[in-house]
Amino acid sequence: MITLDTIRKRFGVLDVLQDVSLALRPGAVTALVGPNGSGKTTLIKIVLGLTRADHGTLHVDGRVADEAGAYRKAIGYMPQAAHFPSNLRVGDVLDLVRRLRPGEATDDDLGRAFAMDEISDKFVGTLSGGTRQKVNAVIAFLFRPAVLILDEPTAGLDPLAAKVLKDKIRAVRHEGRSVLVTSHILAELESLADDVAFLCDGRMRFAGPVADLLRRTGERSLEDAIAGLMRSERASHRSASTVSAAIQMPPWRAPEPEGAA
Amino acid sequence: MNIVSLVLLAGLRDLSRNRWIVAYALCFLGIAEGLFWFGGTGPQVLLSLLNLVLLVLPLVALVFGTIHVYASREFVELLLAQPVPRRQLFAGLYLGLALPLAGAFVVGAGVPFVVHAHDGATLGGVAALLAAGVGLSLAFAAIATWIALRTDDRLKGVGIALGVWLASTVIYDGLVLGATAAFGDYPLERPLLALMLANPVDVARVLVLTQLDVSALMGYTGALFQHTFGTALGTGVAGATLVVWCVVPLALAGRRFLRRDF
Repeated sequence: MITLDTIRKRFGVLDVLQDVSLALRPGAVTALVGPNGSGKTTLIKIVLGLTRADHGTLHVDGRVADEAGAYRKAIGYMPQAAHFPSNLRVGDVLDLVRRLRPGEATDDDLGRAFAMDEISDKFVGTLSGGTRQKVNAVIAFLFRPAVLILDEPTAGLDPLAAKVLKDKIRAVRHEGRSVLVTSHILAELESLADDVAFLCDGRMRFAGPVADLLRRTGERSLEDAIAGLMRSERASHRSASTVSAAIQMPPWRAPEPEGAA
Repeated sequence: MNIVSLVLLAGLRDLSRNRWIVAYALCFLGIAEGLFWFGGTGPQVLLSLLNLVLLVLPLVALVFGTIHVYASREFVELLLAQPVPRRQLFAGLYLGLALPLAGAFVVGAGVPFVVHAHDGATLGGVAALLAAGVGLSLAFAAIATWIALRTDDRLKGVGIALGVWLASTVIYDGLVLGATAAFGDYPLERPLLALMLANPVDVARVLVLTQLDVSALMGYTGALFQHTFGTALGTGVAGATLVVWCVVPLALAGRRFLRRDF
């Protein structure tokens, strides 16, 4: 549903993404994981068109992503933290998003499950963080896009709401749509993810089914496999840096003590 | 409804309930009403209010504007993720900031003149004051938007906004005065006219003063302006320049919005 091909992005001297390629399968949940600062958010922003790639192509639902942004009809997005204008009512915000995307098929399941009717008269500024996150989730699932991109979706949600959301993600997968999820709670991804994309230092280190990753690393759980990958990544980094440090070191000998000869 | 008006409407709805905007309108209302209360006649009130407007309005538009653009950053990202062209989103967001600012000023400063319509303020004078205030609101809201879109560091952005305010209200007058004193032996008419048109606050001042019969109070540049252009042409030139002062920063801010990475 989404195909990224050799995406490259630089911020100043920093290579944030280096030739990243990824394909999201329909009817599958892909977990995007990686250490902090590995480029996950930048990758998501490139898919959404918030950030432009320096190089590479992006296809969404068969369409080339273009400037006009019509391709975003195929995407529902749930950002990590939701901030809405505090003097708008919940109903105003949902209404605005609905009217920005006229003519699209809507899906009110999550709105009903999170009881949006009961809070639609409340001002966004008076909501708790968790309730705001519910509104955020409802907006992402308001339509029936082919692709859902969820950035830390359960952060701040109570266990019950988190379960409702995860059930919704499974339902969406069952309908043959694709989902891209990032989360730092790997155990949570374990129960959801079909595919894993592991990003580290701007490079895609692994992309494929969870089962393949487990087989390759010899681990039993996604959590262990990813932790192992991150550890080996760090270790290779350290040895690489010690090697380069050794090379850069000037030839140096300890001065021999006087009269030692 | 199209995208621009949807986003604009959300901005209007949000900011019309914003306590700072409400306080801002009430502040103008209180001061204008107070000036009438203490026995001022229409033209006197107009002139006193003008000096206040030229100082306060750019400050509020710049500081409130930059803070507002920073505060709506996440919401803007959410809107950008919808199938909506950036250009229309920008127009809606800018108008959703500038129109409430201008509206608060028009309501606050305008209502007392309607109530005291028989107190001798000419229609032209009041209209010029309101037009100048609206023009300044739109211009400085555009400058504030541009600053906030160019500077990722919020503290730095607000600092730049304050700097722009100081430069265009306090420092600029001092520079003009200094230049007049230093180069008094030379023909200064043209450079001074250019200097005056280069500052939106000065342009707004002259726009109102051309409509008031107070050439003695217009200062050096104002009198010069009156002398060069005459009343009708003077109002026209000042008005047109104020429009340019809205359009140019808006174009710069818009270009930044279209090109930047969020």
